Amino acid sequence: MDSIFALLASGILEAMQPLNFMMIIIGCTIGLLVGAMPGLGSVNGVAILLPVTFLVPPTAAIIFLAAIYYGAMYGGAISSITLGIPGASTAVATVFDGRPLAQSGKADRALIAAAVASFIGGTISVVLFTLFAPPLAAFALKFGPPEEFALMVLAFATFIGLGGDDIPKTIFSILIGLVLATIGLDIISGQPRLIFGDITGFLHGINFLVLAIGIYGIGEMLWTLETTRGEVTVHKVKMSLRSFLASLRDIKNYIGTTSLGSVIGYFVGTLPAAGATPASLMSYGLAKTFSSKPETFGKGNVAGVAAPEAGNNAASTGSMLPMITLGIPGSPTTAILLGGMIIWGLRPGPLLFTEHPEFVWGLIGSLYIANFATVLINLAFIPIFVKILTLPFTILAPTIYILCVVGGYAPTQTMHDVWLMFLFGIVGYLLRKLNYPVAPAVLAIVLGPLAERSLRQSLLASQGEMTIFIERPISLVCILLAIALISYPTIQKLVKRRRAQARGGEK
Amino acid sequence: MTVRTADLVAAIVCALCSIGLMAKSAELNIGWVAGKGPGPGAWPFWLSSGMLLVSVITVYRWFRKITPESRNLEIFITRDRLVVVGVSAGSILFLLVATHIVGIYFSLFLFLLFYLKFVGHHSWPLTIVLMIGIPVFVFCLFEWALKIPLPKSFTEPMFYPIYDLMYS
Repeated sequence: MDSIFALLASGILEAMQPLNFMMIIIGCTIGLLVGAMPGLGSVNGVAILLPVTFLVPPTAAIIFLAAIYYGAMYGGAISSITLGIPGASTAVATVFDGRPLAQSGKADRALIAAAVASFIGGTISVVLFTLFAPPLAAFALKFGPPEEFALMVLAFATFIGLGGDDIPKTIFSILIGLVLATIGLDIISGQPRLIFGDITGFLHGINFLVLAIGIYGIGEMLWTLETTRGEVTVHKVKMSLRSFLASLRDIKNYIGTTSLGSVIGYFVGTLPAAGATPASLMSYGLAKTFSSKPETFGKGNVAGVAAPEAGNNAASTGSMLPMITLGIPGSPTTAILLGGMIIWGLRPGPLLFTEHPEFVWGLIGSLYIANFATVLINLAFIPIFVKILTLPFTILAPTIYILCVVGGYAPTQTMHDVWLMFLFGIVGYLLRKLNYPVAPAVLAIVLGPLAERSLRQSLLASQGEMTIFIERPISLVCILLAIALISYPTIQKLVKRRRAQARGGEK
Repeated sequence: MTVRTADLVAAIVCALCSIGLMAKSAELNIGWVAGKGPGPGAWPFWLSSGMLLVSVITVYRWFRKITPESRNLEIFITRDRLVVVGVSAGSILFLLVATHIVGIYFSLFLFLLFYLKFVGHHSWPLTIVLMIGIPVFVFCLFEWALKIPLPKSFTEPMFYPIYDLMYS
């Protein structure tokens, strides 16, 4: 335990280095803005701005992106409350009570509760992260290629079992992401693969950023434009020192359920398909269940704003746990962070703790500082963030498109990738309209090369025997869990049907 | 086109793409290579086969009207929404085509002029400030700070004096 404190102290010192500290402040502010914009969330901000981080060393780069992630979780509440439109899906539950509070002229109370609850969620989750990450990474050092592959199968299975989307379409999304990752030179034989029409641009493969920016930049903006048609109404926020202090007194009403929601949110966040949206919904449900006045929920209860905000913040930290310790991202945003780490020449996974401790502990230290920085920036500048929400879509949209185009060009510096990004944006938008989930494809394109390598290494070691995955205990557990997750929706459906039949029989 | 029709069209296109990917993967060895494990085409081939299988399942579910999309008879994209999305998608398409012809900076200039003035109906002063400000910001960030040269086509010589200033 002492060594954890020593390492954490060194990490906080690393994060306090002038460049890293500056990255935290800029990242949190951008994150708050991105989170507050309707339709844009952490994943969009991180995908679009990742190419910009080539400017700074890897530690500062990941600190910057993690700060955006953090800030966006805080910022999502701003648009949920003042516009009634969630800044991102993670802030959906915040609308339930945030909107009625804003309509009754109490937007300031809701915004302050959201910021304070996010801080509580952030603090609890970052402490849990610090305690769980080193032992999990030490355990993961035992993993060989079969365990790695089984773990990835488990990660994909969570999308099928817990994603809640159409199952065949979810599987299609995973598989297309994995296939796109195989384009280019084969990692073992060096032979060119899936080079369509002999276009040389395919030889260097499809960078995950091309898909991520296409889907989360262009596709998402088209989706937002279609759904909101660029027309939104902002609720006025009146802030005064007196109302601020009165709002702080609300804390005692929600600190209990918020803390519990944070713990649950953290663990839900560690699951790849679950993440911040279900975490915030679960936290909301919990607050309502334990409330002495559950009937006031949905009508403007401050605890109904605090709970989901604590849950989604805790989940965002939780989703970094499998990314750092196992090399498996816990959310689409961490999938992009993981892809960024590969670009920076770092191999995500348990070895990071021994090979690059300054990187890992710098990141963990930055989470503590980002938590403080974001709550302060958020509380101090709420009126400014609300003002920015009035920025017309006809200025926001072209700016984002331009960032997408130049951001898509930057990693490989070919127009081929920019065209692909545009294509992915359009196709992603159309498929999303038909309920094809896009997040699994982004996760799959990042994990694809790692999954293929571990599968081929395992099969080479076993001379083609697939039993290698069930002969080793850790991989067997992962495979069994994956099977359980995949069968979960079918079992759930059967149970529901049987119950309905039983009920029908009783009548 | 209704959502129901679009769902079927998408599933069929997905199935055809899967077949194409299977055929392309099969150009390589999809079997076992002694001493090297599975051939380079094996992994994409079986993944594409899986894509084909789930696309066929989606078509089956469409016929059985199991999914909400397969029962939805609303219009897939209404005319006014198509206009909103089409203007955005079309203007990005223009930006990309123009980048090949006149380079990125002049394309950005035209793209912003179109979007801000003719789509957004913003005032001329704001349009001009952003039309110049955004390309200058992109130049400073990418070319100067990140040292990533963006495509300029035949307009490249016009930037030589700026390069001289930057690298002198």
